[in-house]
Amino acid sequence: MNIHEYQAKQVLKGFGAPIAKGVPVTSADQAEAAIAQLDGPVWVVKSQIHAGGRGKGKFKELGPDAKGGVRVSFSADEALTNVREMFGNTLVTKQTGPAGKQVNRLYIEDGADIARELYLSILVDRETGKVSFVASTEGGMDIEAVAEETPDKIHTIGITASQGVTDADAETIADAYELTGGTREQGKALFAALYAAFTEKDMSLLEINPLIVTKAGDIQVLDAKVSFDGNALFRHPDIMELRDETEEDDKEIEASKYDLAYIALDGDIGCMVNGAGLAMATMDIIKLYGAAPANFLDVGGGATTEKVTAAFKIITSDPNVKGILVNIFGGIMRCDVIAEGVVQAVRDVGLKVPLVVRLEGTKVEEGKAIINESGLNVIAADDLDDAAQKIVKAVKG
Amino acid sequence: MSILIDKNTKIIVQGLTGKTGSFHTEQALAYHGTQMVAGTHPKKGGTDWTGSNGETLPIYASVAEAKDATGATASVIYVPPAGAAAAIEEAIDAGIELITCITEGVPVLDMVRVKEKLDHSPSRLIGPNCPGLMTPDECKIGIMPGSIFKKGSVGVLSRSGTLTYEAVFQTTVAGLGQSSAVGIGGDPVKGTEFIDILELFLADPETQSIIMIGEIGGSAEEDAAQFLADEAKKGRKKPVVGFIAGRTAPPGRTMGHAGAVISGGKGGAEDKIEAMQSAGIRVSPSPAKLGETLVDLLG
Repeated sequence: MNIHEYQAKQVLKGFGAPIAKGVPVTSADQAEAAIAQLDGPVWVVKSQIHAGGRGKGKFKELGPDAKGGVRVSFSADEALTNVREMFGNTLVTKQTGPAGKQVNRLYIEDGADIARELYLSILVDRETGKVSFVASTEGGMDIEAVAEETPDKIHTIGITASQGVTDADAETIADAYELTGGTREQGKALFAALYAAFTEKDMSLLEINPLIVTKAGDIQVLDAKVSFDGNALFRHPDIMELRDETEEDDKEIEASKYDLAYIALDGDIGCMVNGAGLAMATMDIIKLYGAAPANFLDVGGGATTEKVTAAFKIITSDPNVKGILVNIFGGIMRCDVIAEGVVQAVRDVGLKVPLVVRLEGTKVEEGKAIINESGLNVIAADDLDDAAQKIVKAVKG
Repeated sequence: MSILIDKNTKIIVQGLTGKTGSFHTEQALAYHGTQMVAGTHPKKGGTDWTGSNGETLPIYASVAEAKDATGATASVIYVPPAGAAAAIEEAIDAGIELITCITEGVPVLDMVRVKEKLDHSPSRLIGPNCPGLMTPDECKIGIMPGSIFKKGSVGVLSRSGTLTYEAVFQTTVAGLGQSSAVGIGGDPVKGTEFIDILELFLADPETQSIIMIGEIGGSAEEDAAQFLADEAKKGRKKPVVGFIAGRTAPPGRTMGHAGAVISGGKGGAEDKIEAMQSAGIRVSPSPAKLGETLVDLLG
């Protein structure tokens, strides 16, 4: 689960991380009071959307010469002008895709006197199975480009879970940033605080880009991007409250209510599959035969008829879907449950596009019988290859 | 021969009294008499579990007690996500040699903690978020459907459950059968990696060829390809067919499995396919042609 920058900063502040003073607003009217609340003389107006690259992003509705999604303002009037220009418009960044995202929240923050920009992230390194810090002196830039061009400027420091951030670890990270004096001490305290935030809140990514050193020598978190492990949200009700559903696809929200793993894509063949690997492979084989999947959907191992029905309805609610492929290899999942769910869903919402069903594994004969006896116009397939060819042919003609 | 498990393996079920644990224990007992010998439950020690066909197993209060009483060397875990890490830790503490965790949705930081403990113990963990492992006609640990297996010569290993079934089914249809099949699981931090299982398959005389199924995310497939290339130089070589799921997956999105995500331009399918091909692995273009590709490779 992702949250906004201003929310991330509040979470980190709770662990003692130094952040600038700022106020989130959801309307231009609120902004005037927010600007007055801050000291100036520099105000930074930041679009709050769940995507990176905001500063370099462009608003669709404004001209190509208009400023991006993060704007430094040198007077209260200028800040307010920026707020009015940004609100409600659509920001396109390299992470939003061409459709962009509507800006419905802004964060107005005190500007900082920046001496140095650093990069810090914390993540779970799957190679070592450890929580690791990634540190670079090249802050404020695209870190993937830094990794590509100057890999020696990226330092990875793994933390031993039973010990946490040791003094030696903190020294190593501080060395990576070439910190000295009081700044170094502030940095070391911050590393421990960020690690505590990461582990206690079950984050999957904490990225601060940039982490700055001010001209006065103080460390400050200037931007913050935080994602949480969806599997651990059950023990963090406070974090679940930070979810902003307006940032998510409607179909994905509906799917999450039924605990379905669903991702909307831009093709025209809807897929319903059991198992994440098979679901990906089904998308791949559709592509192999010259069409494109409309979605990724894993109904999981313990699906009920109700869940399968919900999944089918979500797929058919997508206007781009011109055909549906149901591909089930029952192990823990039973083919008869899938068949009943599909039949129920078709009775509820009708079937306006071709439907190919491939069933194999646990209770396959029972499943096939349910489909056959339903009288529905279903194209049966023998195996995965046959199924993919049949659905592509049905859609493409 | 086979790897990790055979007809002599004795298995304890952690989470036997739940619905999933009960169902799959019945299935395992029915599969060539897999030796499921006991269950554990902290509050139900001293009672018996009864399956729907009248099978019974003793329940012990802890894994250590169950191990002492039965001589089991393996355990399988069907405990819900919140308690799964603690269940693995209990099995490690009890000195269980082979621990298989089926549970999907274990918080990743719990696994970080478990992994450190595991690294300092002699136990091996398969999973979590995996379908388990099978040796045809001998032993079934986990949730794979027994009916699609056939005793034979192909070693199957995969990060995905249902794609394991595809590989097993296709090699059965092709008449080759399997020596053993192992689903290592779809989580980013897990107990056993491809390399560990490849080492066992290379050493197993009954395994004459291998199907390895990876997916996007991480670099375990690249590491495995390098391992096979290095071993081949030492003269240890078996025919290997590979497949990578997720060629069409969009970057930055987690595709169902917590570990299946292309991040920071890394973990994409094409890099993995290239690494496999340059290590001499025959990569199947389609998940439907795993068996066919292997038959073709074997000539």
